[in-house]
Amino acid sequence: MRRAGIVALNTFREAVRDRVLYNLVFFALAMIAASILVGQVSIGIEEMVIVSLGLSAISVIGLLMAVFIGVGLVSKEMDKRTLYAILAKPVRRWEFLLGKFGGLLLTLTVNTVAMAAGLFLALRLVKQSGDPLEGPVLIAVYFILLKLALVVALALLFSCFTTPLLSILYTAGLYIAGLFVTDMRNFQSQTMSRALQTLLRGLSYLLPNFENFDVMASAAHGRAIPGVLIAQNTAYAALYCAVLLSAAAAILTRRNLK
Amino acid sequence: MATAAIEIENLTKDYPFGFLNLKKKMSLEGLSMSVEEGEVFGFLGPNGAGKTTTIKLLVGLIFPTAGTARVLGKSISDISMHADIGYLPEQPYFYDYLTAAELLDYFARFHNLPAQVRKTRVDLMLKKVGLETARKIQLRKYSKGMLQRVGLAQAIVHDPKVVILDEPMSGLDPVGRREVRDIILELKQAGKTVLFSTHILSDAEMLCDRVGVIVGGKLRGVGAPDEIVGMKAQGMEVLFEYAGAAAGLQPLLSKATQTGKRYHLQVPESALYATLQELGGAGARILSVTQVKSTLEEYFMHLVEADRAQAPAVEVSGK
Repeated sequence: MRRAGIVALNTFREAVRDRVLYNLVFFALAMIAASILVGQVSIGIEEMVIVSLGLSAISVIGLLMAVFIGVGLVSKEMDKRTLYAILAKPVRRWEFLLGKFGGLLLTLTVNTVAMAAGLFLALRLVKQSGDPLEGPVLIAVYFILLKLALVVALALLFSCFTTPLLSILYTAGLYIAGLFVTDMRNFQSQTMSRALQTLLRGLSYLLPNFENFDVMASAAHGRAIPGVLIAQNTAYAALYCAVLLSAAAAILTRRNLK
Repeated sequence: MATAAIEIENLTKDYPFGFLNLKKKMSLEGLSMSVEEGEVFGFLGPNGAGKTTTIKLLVGLIFPTAGTARVLGKSISDISMHADIGYLPEQPYFYDYLTAAELLDYFARFHNLPAQVRKTRVDLMLKKVGLETARKIQLRKYSKGMLQRVGLAQAIVHDPKVVILDEPMSGLDPVGRREVRDIILELKQAGKTVLFSTHILSDAEMLCDRVGVIVGGKLRGVGAPDEIVGMKAQGMEVLFEYAGAAAGLQPLLSKATQTGKRYHLQVPESALYATLQELGGAGARILSVTQVKSTLEEYFMHLVEADRAQAPAVEVSGK
């Protein structure tokens, strides 16, 4: 685990040196500007609009980072052969993978926390009512982080055996499919055979369920988010990530680095 | 009796290719050899001979199809073996956002070195490879030769007992090559075992206690450079002056190379005495007699050509 930590810190350092976190400054400024603008054009629902706008932006920026950095986490190291010198050290391949996952997750956490701080600052600027929005918004931000962890694990898995372009397609495809698992589960059609319905139902349980992580509407309206959902989502993301990382480790451990 | 630092037994590696991966390309075929502790061993062979494959198998980057190997008594599949080895990949490339000092510190961390020891070792290595002044420059600004030096430094930063270098002289200018040679000799003096691959034969002749020649995935010869070239028939070269035209000497003269009045004649060692008598009897003036010693390069080329003659044997078909 110590070695995974060394890899994780270096992965984070790479993101910092590659100026990935520069978007934070841009985001914070954009949020403040948006809050001032929204305050002038929307009467009574400023906070709702800012929360929706802010959470959407945090989610989209996070997803872009998770996918585009995630798919290169292993494949880039193999292409550039930077992995060779590391694996000649006493580092197990799964430790390296875990480190890369942890490093990108750390980067995304710093990114998300900083953007959330910008969102809260913007909320403070337009705060009209006394309703406490911070709690639900904070939980929504936490759910975005869980969702990003799942996306990174997916991207990392594909990064172990295919090209970055295909990894992007697979990860994005699974993310989009994961937004419709409830529809897939409940989809009934008279023209659809029973076998196909069973297949769809089975798939809906296998695919990562990203719907559960979307509590943006509740957060925007200041509705409380049940503790059970927090526990369920945390356990689901942890378990799913563990399965994906185990699969990635199984692939990388058997792979010849030609 | 010296103990083996690296023991390789029947190591084989093939790669599947073609439709449904049914064919196999044999990259390494039943390699068995050993490198003794404290020895500098040169691994020679033309491009694609299997040198890098062997080295990658030893450091665990690829996995053998058959056979085993041990480094300092530990199996190559044992992760603790990696603590005792240093490895320089062929044409190394490292994280270009790091400086040389940061990269060496990063790699040293994997070996559990305390911070103070790491700092001392990093400074020492940078000095050793001549990069003290470039220590704070990001690697993206380094030349190929500088990257090669960083690569060498990272291979020995943790003071390993066995150092495995894949083409360490590649991309270096004569000064850089000389420095790498000096480092390899320093490692030998410090009692380290060094295995390095190269196709620069003069370096191997200069540095190695023993060399192994691999061609077409098979080991064709192992031994001390002097010993190994001795396997090829040697002869004697006679340099003489002759201005006459004795008919009896014509068979000898026809075999000699003429430059003005001088002739160079190469004869087997067993025929030297008779040849000198014949030349002396015909009035030729013997200028010198020297032993013709075949070079490592000649031996190497002899093996490569022999392999090319039976090239199809290297590639085997699958089902």
